[in-house]
Amino acid sequence: MTALAQRPANPVVGESVVHESADLHVTGAALYTDDLTGRLTGLLHAWPVGSPHAHARVTSLRTEPALAVPGVVRVLTGADVPGVNDAGVKHDEPLFPTEVMFRGHAVCWVLADSLEAARLGAAAVEVDYEMLPALMTVEEAIAAERFQGARPVMTRGDAAAAMAGAAYVFSGETTMKGQEHFYLETHCSIALVDESGQVFVHASTQHPTETQDIVAHVLGRPAHEVTVQCLRMGGGFGGKEMQPHGFAAIAAIGATVTGRPVRLRLNRALDMTMSGKRHGYHASWQVGFAADGRFVALDATLTADGGWSLDLSEPVLARALCHIDNAYWIPDIVVHGRIAQTNKTSQTAFRGFGGPQGMIVIEDIIGRCAPLLGIDAAQVRERNFYSPGQQTPYGQEVRHADRMPRVWDQLMTSATVDRRTAEIAEFNASHRHTKKALAVTPVKFGISFNFTSYNQAGALVLVYKDGSVLINHGGTEMGQGLHTKMAQVAATALGVPLDVVRVAPTRTDKVPNTSATAASSGADLNGGAVKAACEQIRERLAEFAAKRFGEPVDAVRFEGGTVRAEGSAAPPMTWAELVDAAYYSRVQLSAMGFYRTEGLHWDPVTVHGVPFKYFVYAAAAAEVEVDGFTGASVTRRVDIVFDVGDSLSPMIDLGQIEGAFVQGAGWMTMEELVWDERPGQGQGRLLTSAASTYKLPSLSEMPAVLNVSLLEAATEDGVVYGSKAVGEPPLMLAIAVREAIRDAAAAFGESGASVDLGLPATPEATYWAIEAVRGGVRDGGVTTLRRPT
Amino acid sequence: MTRITVTVDGTRYTDDVEPRTLLVQYLRDRLGKVGTVVGCDTGNCGACTVHLDGRSVKSCQLLAVQTDGHEVTTIEGLANGATLHPMQEAFRDCHALQCGFCTPGMIMQAVDLVTENPHPTEAEVREGLEGNLCRCTGYHNIVKAVQQGAGAMSGGQS
Ligand code: FES
Ligand code: FES
Repeated sequence: MTALAQRPANPVVGESVVHESADLHVTGAALYTDDLTGRLTGLLHAWPVGSPHAHARVTSLRTEPALAVPGVVRVLTGADVPGVNDAGVKHDEPLFPTEVMFRGHAVCWVLADSLEAARLGAAAVEVDYEMLPALMTVEEAIAAERFQGARPVMTRGDAAAAMAGAAYVFSGETTMKGQEHFYLETHCSIALVDESGQVFVHASTQHPTETQDIVAHVLGRPAHEVTVQCLRMGGGFGGKEMQPHGFAAIAAIGATVTGRPVRLRLNRALDMTMSGKRHGYHASWQVGFAADGRFVALDATLTADGGWSLDLSEPVLARALCHIDNAYWIPDIVVHGRIAQTNKTSQTAFRGFGGPQGMIVIEDIIGRCAPLLGIDAAQVRERNFYSPGQQTPYGQEVRHADRMPRVWDQLMTSATVDRRTAEIAEFNASHRHTKKALAVTPVKFGISFNFTSYNQAGALVLVYKDGSVLINHGGTEMGQGLHTKMAQVAATALGVPLDVVRVAPTRTDKVPNTSATAASSGADLNGGAVKAACEQIRERLAEFAAKRFGEPVDAVRFEGGTVRAEGSAAPPMTWAELVDAAYYSRVQLSAMGFYRTEGLHWDPVTVHGVPFKYFVYAAAAAEVEVDGFTGASVTRRVDIVFDVGDSLSPMIDLGQIEGAFVQGAGWMTMEELVWDERPGQGQGRLLTSAASTYKLPSLSEMPAVLNVSLLEAATEDGVVYGSKAVGEPPLMLAIAVREAIRDAAAAFGESGASVDLGLPATPEATYWAIEAVRGGVRDGGVTTLRRPT
Repeated sequence: MTRITVTVDGTRYTDDVEPRTLLVQYLRDRLGKVGTVVGCDTGNCGACTVHLDGRSVKSCQLLAVQTDGHEVTTIEGLANGATLHPMQEAFRDCHALQCGFCTPGMIMQAVDLVTENPHPTEAEVREGLEGNLCRCTGYHNIVKAVQQGAGAMSGGQS
């Protein structure tokens, strides 16, 4: 085992501990960005003037009427930008646009003494527009060939030649809608200027360094004049990876031009109208199967609905391509990727980051083709699992491929899938208007940022004279428990109790050049850096202690807050005593740690390389009951088996699995983004712009039974203390719920029908799927191009 | 402006407020009680839940003037000094929170539920907290916490 993965005796990692901010959360004392407003004097509030059109050119802008509104102090326009008028990293996101690209796109921002004055001021600003034609759907954009960014192609072998030899060839299309993050805390930034003219921004951001970079380039200043701090976020889910930068930049411009602190907080309607969401995808595919249900070839084109600007669409697409195989060996394959430009919000990162979209395509193919093959879908899945030694289509060996069948078998047993499948068949035979189904789906998810450079992290660990320890690292806390895990890593590495360690809020002036807290990699990367920093300090202290004990350095042990030397008769010292003595002997008690993931390389043009350190394996079995009159479904029971390696913090990890699963099930069964797509006055309006119209999972949609177990004996060599990532992969386990709904819908018709089911599989979509099978549709919208005669 | 006198977390306040001021605005902006947060603005998420004379209300759906002469308890007034309320303790120990943004509202709603029904079944907990949304936890641990908290509130073993 590597030194990185090796745990010492009695480690603090692996213990179930409460969230490090739990006391603050249950008492209401935890602060989020907007909670700071009351602590600032002279605060200004910002409000946007949003475009009422989906696509238009701004022909004139009159801000004077706003200045006549009492309390309005300033209207920020493009003329106030001292640096670059751009809020993105692709230079396609003007902060103050002259061509508005979606309904709600901010043309300018009003600053006022009160929020109300800012809103009244924004209503008073006069803007003239010249309407331009808008494209609202990915299908329209495909027809108009309006694409943006790279068009990568992932290829292995010769799909066309292989397809020619396949027993079965099918073709079809798969579409899925996007998803609103609905982090409970909306976007918020507060900017201030300090006595030396430096800019300080409190931001609800998953990527403080990039927020800093963009604020700096908008202000035309070097990065060292801008500090970004994130205390914590009330949820992020990817929605605060790229999206906060422009809001932070507006607040920063406001603070520099007025000299007063500026608060920009979106209310829920603004947040939903203005901020990017999960990409909807369109896929067209042709697939070849052997007679036994094994994949022979796949030829697919994935088109992302990118919204108006590129944002993170390219890396999201790369991850979609890298997950279209899910857990399956597809010998010959070609997948084309492209990004449609539509007049909607700039779609962005969302938990899974394209992985779910890619995976859903192959699972949809299996769900619809299995009945046409005459083979049970679960068997098609199992037969196609990777074998050890095989490679993904992008050329990476599937490390630990044997874990997939291990997870699968454990789940089949723990969920008693065979027995329950038989019971369900009996139930369905005797119930005409209600049908049940049980579906099992796997997940294989690659861990690391596809873009190799991002796989680095820094940490600054400070040990004070009294022995207390303060950790600074580059990761942000959005509820996922990263800070808790980092405290456990530090306590383990230093051999001290957990309460000796505290984690400081994330700040760019403590740890520079950090990566986004994203890609499920927060604990892997920052944990590596925290451990590296702690070990430097421990080594210095070990050397010092060895002299005091008169024993060799490698005899010194740090454990549970005491330090001793093996074989020494001298009494152990407490950690605090040792630190105190070391200070007076001028031993350095702080250290900067750095970590980079080894062995990665990636070519985004050829879509080839080793982008991932390892894969996470998991599977879910979901049982649903569907009502034939309404299409409404109830999830009765879900069983999950998940490979987290050796968990750093089991209670935290279980919480992540449960939460991600429910979030995924929300996307796939009830959350529906609806834009007004018809040309005319309403075009481009997000019709589901509040929790009253956008249906989020609530307690009543929770599965009646949810059993989660972790795979045993799953140490991941080469990751901090043998653990694995957990943030994103469980979201995709919810595919099992949609597949179960599909099977239940099929049970309303004659056996063996293929079912085309919408995503989300809302009651309405399910109802129409049931109606189709009742009406005798048996092909599930799939065209059979060849089958054995 | 309308003058109101209201007791919040045990302290009496007399203030002039605009009649249209929402209770949550009054709590956050005037009294600095930022433990109560706003999630949705539309009465759907329950993040802003507080107690009005001991019963739960969504403070984004109530005007400050409606609390004139009444008693409001927020999450900040629930603990007894340094001793957590049993429901707070249960949420902490059951890991019934991740980002924590829904937590104050969830706890206030849970306390109200248990006040009305000291021994709620799992189904009753689900129904009783239906109006509070959590985007992080998937609710599983929240149900566990409410049942544990209910046990502790009725003097049983937690
Ligand atoms: S903010 Fe009051 S219910 Fe959501
Ligand atoms: S813990 Fe984040 S919303 Fe509930």
